[in-house]
Amino acid sequence: MASAVESPAKQQKFGISPEQIAFVIMVAGLIIAPFFTYPLFLMQVMCFALFACAFNLLIGYVGLLSFGHALYFGWASYLSAHAAKVWHLTPELAILTGTAMAAICGLVTGSLAIRRQGIYFAMITLALAQMAYFFALQAKFTGGEDGIQAVPRGHLFGLIDLSSPSAMYALVLVIFLGGFLFIYRIIHSPFGEVLKAIRESEARATSLGYKADHYKLMAFVLSATLAGLAGATKAIVFQIASLTDVNWPMSGEVVLMTLVGGLGTIFGPVIGAFTIVSMQNYLAQFGDWVSVIQGGIFVACVLLFRRGIVGELAHALRIKL
Amino acid sequence: MFDIFGIPSTALFGQLLIGLINGSFYALLSLGLAVIFGMLNIINFSHGAQYMMGAFAAYLLLQWTGMGYWPALILAPLIVGITGVVIERLFLQWLYKLDHLYGLLLTFGLALILEGLARKQFGSAGLPYTLPDSLRGGQNLGFMFLPNYRAWVIVASLTVCLGTWFVIERTRLGAYLRAATENPTLVRAFGIDVPKMITLTYGFGVALAAFAGVMAAPIYNVSPQMGSELIIVVFAVVVIGGMGSILGAIVTGFGLGVVEGLTKVFFPEASNTVIFVIMAIVLLVRPAGLFGRRV
Repeated sequence: MASAVESPAKQQKFGISPEQIAFVIMVAGLIIAPFFTYPLFLMQVMCFALFACAFNLLIGYVGLLSFGHALYFGWASYLSAHAAKVWHLTPELAILTGTAMAAICGLVTGSLAIRRQGIYFAMITLALAQMAYFFALQAKFTGGEDGIQAVPRGHLFGLIDLSSPSAMYALVLVIFLGGFLFIYRIIHSPFGEVLKAIRESEARATSLGYKADHYKLMAFVLSATLAGLAGATKAIVFQIASLTDVNWPMSGEVVLMTLVGGLGTIFGPVIGAFTIVSMQNYLAQFGDWVSVIQGGIFVACVLLFRRGIVGELAHALRIKL
Repeated sequence: MFDIFGIPSTALFGQLLIGLINGSFYALLSLGLAVIFGMLNIINFSHGAQYMMGAFAAYLLLQWTGMGYWPALILAPLIVGITGVVIERLFLQWLYKLDHLYGLLLTFGLALILEGLARKQFGSAGLPYTLPDSLRGGQNLGFMFLPNYRAWVIVASLTVCLGTWFVIERTRLGAYLRAATENPTLVRAFGIDVPKMITLTYGFGVALAAFAGVMAAPIYNVSPQMGSELIIVVFAVVVIGGMGSILGAIVTGFGLGVVEGLTKVFFPEASNTVIFVIMAIVLLVRPAGLFGRRV
């Protein structure tokens, strides 16, 4: 993926980097936006944006294409919904339960998938996710085709009533920004530098003494965990966990979001998630055309602008985003 | 009628037969994937959609022109193969210099388009395809009833698989193909039109998928989503077998079909997942796959 994620030279002349400016704009936008549009739509965007950012950690910075990220998103949302509804846990504990589930799934599937490289990695993650889908279909607690419905939002820490939209919105915003900054921190840490080295040349990183498999597995588990955090949060926000979130089209959707926004850019997945979710809401009335249009966007992105929206923008402005 | 491990023989052999049929589809599809990957370095995600196109082509030939099963078995793969050639010329040829992953993403997009269009046009419900008269009925073998059509599917796909193996491994054309897979630049220098060979290889691989689709049409209903679930299982088959060997793809395909059929008899809850579980075990024990070279 080297050509897609090549970053133009940094501009270090100013005290503030373009990344910081973009981050401030994003936060300000997310705080103002609920006054102009539906908070539920924005919360959906933020959940998917975190999901896409988590996915991008793997494809953009380690060069591993996972075609099975619905597994972590979907199973975390099941566990989170189950914990809130049946075990009567408070929402923050329910979300943590779901996230922990995703971490465990990530550890198990990740240690299998990293045994093969490149194209096989994608096929293995897809196959394992399909297996997990069948488990979800057959397990009793997931409710099969019905899913887990009427999940209570509950009281955060037992105190704050999340049935109020503004409280719920604030929580999702904090989770999203927390996850986003955590990923930013990973990418810019020494650990992240090793990941990028593995992306560029695994053999060279190994010859420098880095255990590439350990790093890849770590990155995989982190990515799965954050995808799980997004899924677990989504289950509480929408009060439902269903098969849609664990099935393979969802894995494809997160790939699409990241590709549209820009692989290997920090803000790309956020823009991509916003674009795709708004498109889906807008096109919902056209039914079957949605998948045709999504497919068309895939083809167009791969053939015409592989850098994605943010990648092209950063390239044109010669900055790093 | 007799029992084996407490299972009536008819049930056991019936499932075994279904396993062999699924196995022949796995073999045909994974063979096509392997041939395409060898030449194009692309994993053809739209393979399942093209299998579905084959079934729909046969269905539409019957509806519009009244053309029966036998001509459709030749014509439908040909038509779908030609669309494959068009797809290769329009889209895929621009990707060969890029990372493999872009090929996967592009063909995934194509699969979404093809499946979406089919669903738009024909709805999600399956459409029935009537069996040719010549293949109705069956044989009573004493321990089980063998429908003629199912026997035909197994024989036909085995023949096509082995024929493909023969062409690739034992003929001059196959030698060119294998040489071009190893070193396209050198083969080109010998005056062989490698780009045309790549285009035709994609067309052929896609035609194999369509051939499987036509054969599947009378057994399963013709439906837009018939390919997408299948292709994921076929990916697992490919991971298990490895894409290095043609014969390996055929053996793995049939073998896993049989294993899946047997699981349906003895442990039905696991029949959906058994191939994925086998894949996980193979990854633990032999990461390169049963017949694969380390990639």
